[in-house]
Amino acid sequence: MKYLMLVCVDPDLVADENDGAPDIEEWFAQIKENHVVGSRTRPGADATTVRVRDRQVLLTDGPYAETKDLMAGFDVIDCADLDEAVAIASKHPMAYRGVIELRPFWPFEED
Amino acid sequence: MIRFTGGDWNLAEECAQDAFTQALRKWPADGVPDQPLAWLTTTARRRAIDLIRREALEAAKLPEVAMVEPAPYPDDSDIPDERLELMFTCCHPALNLEAQVALILRCLAGLSTAEIARAFLLPEKTMGQRLFRAKQRIRNAGIPFRVPPAHLLPERLPAVLHVLYLLFNEGYTDPVRARLCAEAIRVARVLAALMPDEPEALGLLSLMLLHDARRAARRDPAGDPVILTDQDRTLWDRPSIDEGAALCERALRRGRAGPFQVQAAIAACHATAPTAGETDWAQIVALYDHLARLEPSPVVDLNRAVAVSMASGPAAALPLVVALAETGRLDDYHLLHATLADLLRRTGRRTEAAESYRRAADLAPTEAERRFLTARLDS
Repeated sequence: MKYLMLVCVDPDLVADENDGAPDIEEWFAQIKENHVVGSRTRPGADATTVRVRDRQVLLTDGPYAETKDLMAGFDVIDCADLDEAVAIASKHPMAYRGVIELRPFWPFEED
Repeated sequence: MIRFTGGDWNLAEECAQDAFTQALRKWPADGVPDQPLAWLTTTARRRAIDLIRREALEAAKLPEVAMVEPAPYPDDSDIPDERLELMFTCCHPALNLEAQVALILRCLAGLSTAEIARAFLLPEKTMGQRLFRAKQRIRNAGIPFRVPPAHLLPERLPAVLHVLYLLFNEGYTDPVRARLCAEAIRVARVLAALMPDEPEALGLLSLMLLHDARRAARRDPAGDPVILTDQDRTLWDRPSIDEGAALCERALRRGRAGPFQVQAAIAACHATAPTAGETDWAQIVALYDHLARLEPSPVVDLNRAVAVSMASGPAAALPLVVALAETGRLDDYHLLHATLADLLRRTGRRTEAAESYRRAADLAPTEAERRFLTARLDS
């Protein structure tokens, strides 16, 4: 099963240097087998929002309102089940310093 | 069936139900088959194949499961007992607590959606949707159908125990929903039988049995609660107490005392005392000390203080409760104020006692408790 790991910042969290979070290379080395693709992303200020309305392409400077500036990056992981995905997500440094949302891929082969 | 349908809980349930319906129709006329469980499983599997094929035909694509003819089970004993897998999956932490409780009642206790809805005072439609979504979520989120591996068990078993205890308490605090206690005990019995090496599973069952044994004495004929020390002990269910106490001993012998075992041991102290006066309060204080170390909570501290008042007198307990009150953590908890009031009254501080009784009565969740506290105020 593939999951999108949405790596987000938690604006209310005060960073604690002694939180025991592993560093990102350490994380990647551990989960390499399950990793499909992923990257840190530029902040919302560099985002472009695209809409087509009345067949016109409309662009907006900045992030889509709902996501504000929370997303900091993403990874796609391939796992046996949710338990494995949770194990991977909970080893990511941003699980300590932010929030990770796991979204299962929509299984097109079943439709 | 869940495994057979590739994790489709709703389909699995539909097919299982269908098999039972067929059994109800056929067995009275044709007689019960030699291997009823095998018959039911095979029938349910055939039904699943039919449904999947029908759906696949519409999509013009046959999934793997629909290609193979299921081999009929020759023998009941070939069918694995997967109730543990079911229990752990229903109590997976990725499901919210409400969904976990509903799933346990549906999948393990076998209650109908209507019965579960009644137990939670919800419309049947709401409960039906809750169950449907929960089952769908198990599949879509990728929640595995299995007993967690050893390294996850220490965090996952307490979650299962917690849900079962919650279920029990739902029934325990409300006489109208007493059936939930029986269901919780039934499922806890299965868990204890399937995990005999987990002392907390035994401890939970023991605790439930010991509490449930006092059911008949917990309320007076008018339906008002009767406090433990005033209960008519001849109304207590002896066989349940004996079983609960024996289970608790068996669990504690394993030398890994957890919160449920210690709470069961406390309940056993109460349940096995011939009279309220003969209760071993010193032992109960020691057990609360232990519980406070395992699972610190202001409610445990309060209960410990009550035990101290019984073991060593109200003067010894009063400072403990005063200190607890000063933390403000139980300010909205009527039993804190009721305990404080009781200790103040017993140490002759009647004016302060009256004030605490009033506060307790204001916060009391039921009319019966309010009546009890107001009566104390006037005594």
